[in-house]
Amino acid sequence: MKRPLAAALVAAATLLAACGDDDVTTSATTTTAAPDAPDRIVSMSPTSTEMLFAIGAGDQVVAVDDYSNYPEEAPITDLSAYEPNVEAITTYEPDLVVLSDGGGELAASLEQIGIEVLALPAATTLDDAYEQIAQLGDVTGHGEEADEVIADMRADLAELVAEVPERATPLTYFHELDNTLYSVTSETFIGEVYALAGLENVADPADADGQSGGYPQLSAEFLVEADPDLVFLADTKCCQQTSETFGARPGFEVLQAVTEGNVVLLDDDIASRWGPRVVDLLRAIVDAVKAVPVS
Amino acid sequence: MTQVATTVSPAPSLRAAGLRPGWLVAGFAAVAAAAVAGLVMGPVQLTPLEVVRQLLGLGSDLDARQIAIVEQIRLPRVVLGLLVGSTLSLCGASYQGVFRNPLADPYLLGAAAGAGLGVTIVIVGAAEGATTPALAPLAAFVGALGAVALTYALGTSGGGRASTASLILAGVAVASFLTAMQTYVQQRNQDTIRQVYSWILGRLSTAGWHEVRLLLPYAVVTWVVLLAHRRVLDVLAVGDDEAATLGVHARRSRLIVIIAASLGTAAAVSVSGLIAFVGIIVPHTVRLLAGQSHRVVLPLSILFGGAFLCLADLLARTLSSPAEIPIGVVTAFFGAPFFVLVLRSSRRMGATT
Repeated sequence: MKRPLAAALVAAATLLAACGDDDVTTSATTTTAAPDAPDRIVSMSPTSTEMLFAIGAGDQVVAVDDYSNYPEEAPITDLSAYEPNVEAITTYEPDLVVLSDGGGELAASLEQIGIEVLALPAATTLDDAYEQIAQLGDVTGHGEEADEVIADMRADLAELVAEVPERATPLTYFHELDNTLYSVTSETFIGEVYALAGLENVADPADADGQSGGYPQLSAEFLVEADPDLVFLADTKCCQQTSETFGARPGFEVLQAVTEGNVVLLDDDIASRWGPRVVDLLRAIVDAVKAVPVS
Repeated sequence: MTQVATTVSPAPSLRAAGLRPGWLVAGFAAVAAAAVAGLVMGPVQLTPLEVVRQLLGLGSDLDARQIAIVEQIRLPRVVLGLLVGSTLSLCGASYQGVFRNPLADPYLLGAAAGAGLGVTIVIVGAAEGATTPALAPLAAFVGALGAVALTYALGTSGGGRASTASLILAGVAVASFLTAMQTYVQQRNQDTIRQVYSWILGRLSTAGWHEVRLLLPYAVVTWVVLLAHRRVLDVLAVGDDEAATLGVHARRSRLIVIIAASLGTAAAVSVSGLIAFVGIIVPHTVRLLAGQSHRVVLPLSILFGGAFLCLADLLARTLSSPAEIPIGVVTAFFGAPFFVLVLRSSRRMGATT
């Protein structure tokens, strides 16, 4: 029952795409990109949207998904990256769709109707992130700008790392993804950024075998016992967490991060994307680290 | 489904044996054992003796952080586990009695789905962060009662008395309808979607005294009303006409039990999230082991239901320590095989006698 329906959808989408073909060519004058570069890009990934605009390919982007809230000039739509709809995407007549997961069924259906797809799954290392920026540069004809963005990121990160004060024993930290204590380990992209600031992750024992994919849910009592020096809340938007709500949770008033005011509020978006704004994330982390006196 | 009803749950005789003291003692022992285990064990190793001394106010060697772990994290979690487990089992047992169907539980009649919709709407509207919104139990109750009323109305819409089969079918329809609405509300509000998800998966893991205080008044009312109806439920089990001759107002009693069970389910669900299986497994295990009469099943469901969920929560936080496992996974994973075991052994006993 599912297959005829899917076939019908694809057929309809193909028709739509075919109808639109005539007037696509008119926008060729606006971009500086290579003539064969895509100029009707739909980005279904907030990180890719940030990367595309950072490398100067923003003019070639016609639509972005409903989570792509940065930069401001990004043409945000109600396209859902969470429950993507092939037909809705095709109404923007894209010549390239950037996806944030492995692609899967969505990529297959888009490719079936002749739309090019670039799947850029969540980066697990900084090098992955640089690689994705370079890839987007190549595809959009902004290779040089992409290289510049990468060089700038490397330089900015190195500069911030140099600011981190020397310590005999490293500071420990807890990074909170939501108010049920989901966290990240050092094996994730975010964990790598914290490591740059010389921090040790208290969540690492919770996913020692990697079965949670680097995203374990901690026991409250374990966190109290671990008593991290720094707490970073990456759930200030999703779950309205503040240093007050964190400190008011059962048993948390004894945490030294709470008593000494070392609960740091992060922007959920910056702390969950692997684009150029990772520099802002490291800056927030390094500022917090510098605020803790070296004993 | 009606066939299952008649074969698995024969109407208990009015003269069925009452609650034997031995079982009552066993029930209290189970609660005590589960509570102590839940207090002295956990991801953080503490000396059991010191924990007990601290809780008894005898003074202990525990430092401030360890005291916070025992008194602020473990104790409320154990209390909440006991309360939620006992309330869900008691309500499940009452639903099964009042609908005379062994498969009846909060999930089947749409009550849980209605409660879920109510809580989702409150979370989406309030979005106040860490704690369960104070309105949640009330919204859950309205949702649950609305769902059961809808189920009842649909089940009787064919005219005349509601047959069990039509009630269950109506419940399935209402539950899927309300679940669809809940999903829709949740998806339309992306900013609170993670909070709704974490609530659905069960929030025992981050609960404290706030949740206990929220649940306690509703739980007390539910317990009192349902326990007071344990004899009436036995009479109703024989049949409405027989009940009338014995001076029981069948229709009114049914309604009271349904409302009370919906209130209890809703309050439990609103603080703990959707924890399946407890309302079916515990009452049936009690029935198979200790007897069919509601004078036995209701009190023992409270005791063993509380102990069961308390232990399930202990497993949830220790099995992959220091990471947590959702408690619903534990109740289903250990509850289902255990139930099959009880069912098989009791059938075998039944065959030989």
